[in-house]
Amino acid sequence: METGASHSLPSIPVTLTVNGERHRFELHPWVTLLDLLRGPLQLTGTKKGCDQGQCGACTVLIDGERINSCLKLAVSVDGAEITTVEGLGTPENMHPLQKAFLEHDAYQCGYCTPGQICSAAGLLAEGHAHSRADIRELMSGNLCRCGAYTNIADAVEEVMGNQAVLREAAE
Amino acid sequence: MLNHSRIVGFPFSRIEGPLKVTGQAHYAAEHHAPGLLHGFVAVSTVAAGSIAEIDTAEAERFPGVVKVYTHENRPQTAESDDKWKDTAAVPGHPFRPLENGRILYDGQPVALVIAEGFEAARDAASLIRIRYIADEPHTDILRERRQSYVPAEPRGESMVPPPPRGEPEQAFAAAPCTVSAEYVLEGEHHNPMELFGTTVLFENGGLTIHDKTQGPQNTQAYVCNVFGLDPEKVKVRNDFVGGAFGAGLRPKHQLFLAVMASLDLQRPVKVELSRREMFYLTWRPATVQRVSLAADRDGRLQSVMHHAVQATSRYEDYQENVVNWSGLAYRCDNVRLSYELAKLDVSTPGDMRAPGAATGVTALETAMDELAYEVGIDPLELRRRNFADHDQNQGKQFTSKALDACYREGAARFGWDRRSFSPRSMREGHDLVGWGMAGGVWEASIAPAEARVRLSVDGAVTVSAAASDIGTGTYTILGQIAAETFGVPLGRVKVEIGDSTLPKTGVEGGSRTAASSGSAVQVASKAAVKTLLAHAKGMPNSPLARASEEDVSISEGRLVLERNHQIGLSIGDIMDAAGVSFIEEHGKIEPDEAQMKKFISYTHSAVFVEVKVDEDLCIPRVTRVVSAIAGGRILNPKTARSQILGGVVMGIGMALHEEGMIDHRTGRIMNHNLAEYHMPAHADIEDIEVVFVEEEDDKVSPIGAKGLGEIGIVGVAAAVSNAIFHATGKRIRHLPITVDRILGA
Amino acid sequence: MRPFDYTRAETVREAVAALVANPEAQLLAGGTNLVDLMKYEVAHPAAIIDINHLPLRQIEELADGSLRIGALVSNAAVAYDSRVKERYPLLASAILAGASPQLRNAATTGGNLLQRTRCYYFYDPSSPCNKREPGSGCSAIGGVNRIHAILGASDKCIAVHPSDMCVALAALAATVEVEGPEGRRYIPFAEFHRLPGDHPERDNTLAPGEMVLAVRLEGNHFVPHHSYLKLRDRLSFAFALVSVAAAMDIADGEIVDLRVALGGVAHMPWRDSLAEAEFAGAPPTEETFRKVAVRLLAGAKGQGGNDFKIPLAHRAIVRALSQAAAGTPQDQTVKAFQ
Repeated sequence: METGASHSLPSIPVTLTVNGERHRFELHPWVTLLDLLRGPLQLTGTKKGCDQGQCGACTVLIDGERINSCLKLAVSVDGAEITTVEGLGTPENMHPLQKAFLEHDAYQCGYCTPGQICSAAGLLAEGHAHSRADIRELMSGNLCRCGAYTNIADAVEEVMGNQAVLREAAE
Repeated sequence: MLNHSRIVGFPFSRIEGPLKVTGQAHYAAEHHAPGLLHGFVAVSTVAAGSIAEIDTAEAERFPGVVKVYTHENRPQTAESDDKWKDTAAVPGHPFRPLENGRILYDGQPVALVIAEGFEAARDAASLIRIRYIADEPHTDILRERRQSYVPAEPRGESMVPPPPRGEPEQAFAAAPCTVSAEYVLEGEHHNPMELFGTTVLFENGGLTIHDKTQGPQNTQAYVCNVFGLDPEKVKVRNDFVGGAFGAGLRPKHQLFLAVMASLDLQRPVKVELSRREMFYLTWRPATVQRVSLAADRDGRLQSVMHHAVQATSRYEDYQENVVNWSGLAYRCDNVRLSYELAKLDVSTPGDMRAPGAATGVTALETAMDELAYEVGIDPLELRRRNFADHDQNQGKQFTSKALDACYREGAARFGWDRRSFSPRSMREGHDLVGWGMAGGVWEASIAPAEARVRLSVDGAVTVSAAASDIGTGTYTILGQIAAETFGVPLGRVKVEIGDSTLPKTGVEGGSRTAASSGSAVQVASKAAVKTLLAHAKGMPNSPLARASEEDVSISEGRLVLERNHQIGLSIGDIMDAAGVSFIEEHGKIEPDEAQMKKFISYTHSAVFVEVKVDEDLCIPRVTRVVSAIAGGRILNPKTARSQILGGVVMGIGMALHEEGMIDHRTGRIMNHNLAEYHMPAHADIEDIEVVFVEEEDDKVSPIGAKGLGEIGIVGVAAAVSNAIFHATGKRIRHLPITVDRILGA
Repeated sequence: MRPFDYTRAETVREAVAALVANPEAQLLAGGTNLVDLMKYEVAHPAAIIDINHLPLRQIEELADGSLRIGALVSNAAVAYDSRVKERYPLLASAILAGASPQLRNAATTGGNLLQRTRCYYFYDPSSPCNKREPGSGCSAIGGVNRIHAILGASDKCIAVHPSDMCVALAALAATVEVEGPEGRRYIPFAEFHRLPGDHPERDNTLAPGEMVLAVRLEGNHFVPHHSYLKLRDRLSFAFALVSVAAAMDIADGEIVDLRVALGGVAHMPWRDSLAEAEFAGAPPTEETFRKVAVRLLAGAKGQGGNDFKIPLAHRAIVRALSQAAAGTPQDQTVKAFQ
């Protein structure tokens, strides 16, 4: 295929609800959801850490499920409801996970943090984690180079209210 | 003033935390402007040689592309090397992006595509056609060490090995217990989670550059020197830095390219690198070391010899202090230390968390473990018997050294006394269980630093310094120090850092920021109190008329006598009387040269590790770590603990996972992504306990802090390796200790 | 990424017609592999046919008692489906050993079958690679080949199939339901993927224009005795160096039916049903399992960097079979090996 100035680039109409707000776009099909969020929507809370689905920094919730937004072409999620870290809470009105991350120092540089928090929100909704080992395994799609893992596990565990459950189970 | 602390030393949550957890913290590539252009870098796919032909026509025709830059059309910039040397530069010729067609390393930038949108820049970059004349690459340190050499120009005094002392060879030959082994450490890559990126904006008649850097003033000076710009017209910001670990000490090529394009096109430009390119920026160099230790039958060291050959690039002599630790960590009168470089066709290595120590102490502490088994005594006991009470390399006293307490408290928390000496003596199901330990050491120094503090009439405080917070907690501790001095809640302090226009601060590196900038803030704060007192004394019938600086403090918005808080004046009244609405003072701190002639400071650690290794399957897991740290005064136990946790995790990665895999036929790194370059994931990290032992030090820095960014990693890889030996009986001297290396041992 | 045309298929027929009309078109489902390959310039389809709207998101029970998993059912949905957990715990376990929760939420059943190798050289468009560019050569031979094949490789390609799910499907002898211009057909799992031979560019036996509609699983007797054991360089979120899907039917202290599929060792999930059959009637003991390992690995050949995979695979086979025999399948959360 000849690729040059003569090539007309296709645009596709897309409707997305992002953090409760409905947006209509005309998008080239090769625009990823991540680049749409970080660029045109200026929602830079969603991070680009690898752009290959290998670090989890770009994790958002699509219709409630956590996914890597870097591997989603925006056109392929037409009609979806997207929740980013900005949609979970604000500095003035934080989500319980955001508060727990703050309290447990579950981050250092903060770059993987929005992805960790969105991932943890997905994990809580899934309901498959019942122990600290489960949290570790099911948060393993989110790398943290600062090494805040134990604090992240603490934060997620607290929000899960799992300690009480574990105590009961032990008795 | 800090002696009866109410704020310093307490575990406050990070003051910038709410922005980070809600996605409101903006990193270098997260700034916008109308008309912003996007850059994408094309990189070389050979490691050595030159570009014979570069065809950008198709890329230029791609819809949305504004311009493609190569060495053939790059705008003119500074000629002399001096202009290209940043404050963290090393001996040699700094790399100049798109300077000519010569290829010095795999992944070298060879073109920059500037387009109206990110996708167009990315997609057009793949249409650039390049024909190379490839030379035979030399990237294998195990081969190139034959051409090793002593660097002609030392990077710094601390990197030069001290002259030999005593008679190390003779002592080695005469000693009853000896070990001598070679240790190979593969190259590692920093891989902070944030990609390197730069956004150049035109603001207020000049440039505002958001750069991923550990030093905004270093970036600013580099840009002004290279492009010949008026320093008044260039402002660099790094409000938030998504990890760096040393990778952000020196300017990276995306900075040059973004500024170059924005100046040429007179448009705002953003250049963000890809994860793949992160592997080409800089790295912890591959190193081959031989350590020879000798001891008497009681384990007292008779001889220490440590020789290292470390990789550097063709164009610069990067150096770090790998071997000198072996002359000061333990008491020994016969020591020979030597350090050489080997040139490879790679990008210049760079400082990565505890540069030199992470590498050299790993070899030393593994050798110490080997010696303990040679002598037949507990590895911790061996270290205790060789305690160094002064720095024998330099003949200086320590300002403090609570390493004994690290040994004691760390061992107690870990339960070290329940360890059985023999390898392969602890089991749990299919698992062989091993306990290993190592010591750690890192220099504690302060760098010149300045800060400005403003106390407003309403009691609000603003702290300003061109310091950086790369996840280290700088925002919070600087705020704590000011809040303490002014007797205000932490919430009343605004901390401004990450801006080149603020008071002068060196790059954030070497674990120096807390002690240096923190002390500067304290000096400035005290100066502000002094000024306030002067104003107060000038008031008619002032109750503080006879008070001196030492007598007063600020409490609940009033300047009061320490001994009786009833006596004093409100800040508002003092400022009203003086006719000012705020008091602003500057603070400056410098190393005490006179003291440094006699004393030297280090942080110390003892790290204890439990590993489990399935006897058949040979997959190692770190299941428990206790890291005991002597780091002087702990300004914030919460953020301090996180620093150590981070060091331990990176040390586990160094021990078990991390290795840049080079195809030496082509000189190219092949696992340049986070799926194949493994760093620890959540599942790899179980319990880590951090113990800060009491360590008072009134000399290391005015606030008694030593800095914690590096010490957490030092010794960790050795402790893991020693634990694997204890578990399996296999001594693996090649890091990382992956399953194949255990299986093959 | 190269510019491409984008269409959404509303029916399977439409999708197949679009594939037939444009041989350079590719189907897009979860995108977790294809979008990555496109970013890396490894794949550059002229057209993308988005099949996410096709009605292939159901797990259905068929009249004959088998389970039909639609091609668009996410990996997570399969792994956590109560029928799958109950009847095919080996499959659930293998899926949970792979990738990350986010990827499992997005990746689909059909896509998992079609995911491409992680060979470094395949992923690097400037390296010669017969799989990416037939005839250009294999850089992995003599190169960095720690993660490469020890079984069934050719002098054209030593890449391995990266899936965990497919290893379990191989052991369970699933059937792949495909639709193409010639209509529908059913491919036994062992015949779906292929060895590289002289044509490593072809990962599988799909004919041009064919697409995966579903994976079918028949009833089985392996629930009490199965295990998926995955060995990798870190404890989660890493591709297998070696993995083993082990399953057996044991009656009266004898192996009635033995299944062993290996991952990370070949261009396809590796199964040798002739070898398995030789062990019918043998006692389920470690001694037997060692013989199984020797038999399965008889033709194994290292490439230098991956020589260790041969002893590692041997040990993994013995352990996985021991776990299966004991009824203690490997837990994918607890990192100690059972």
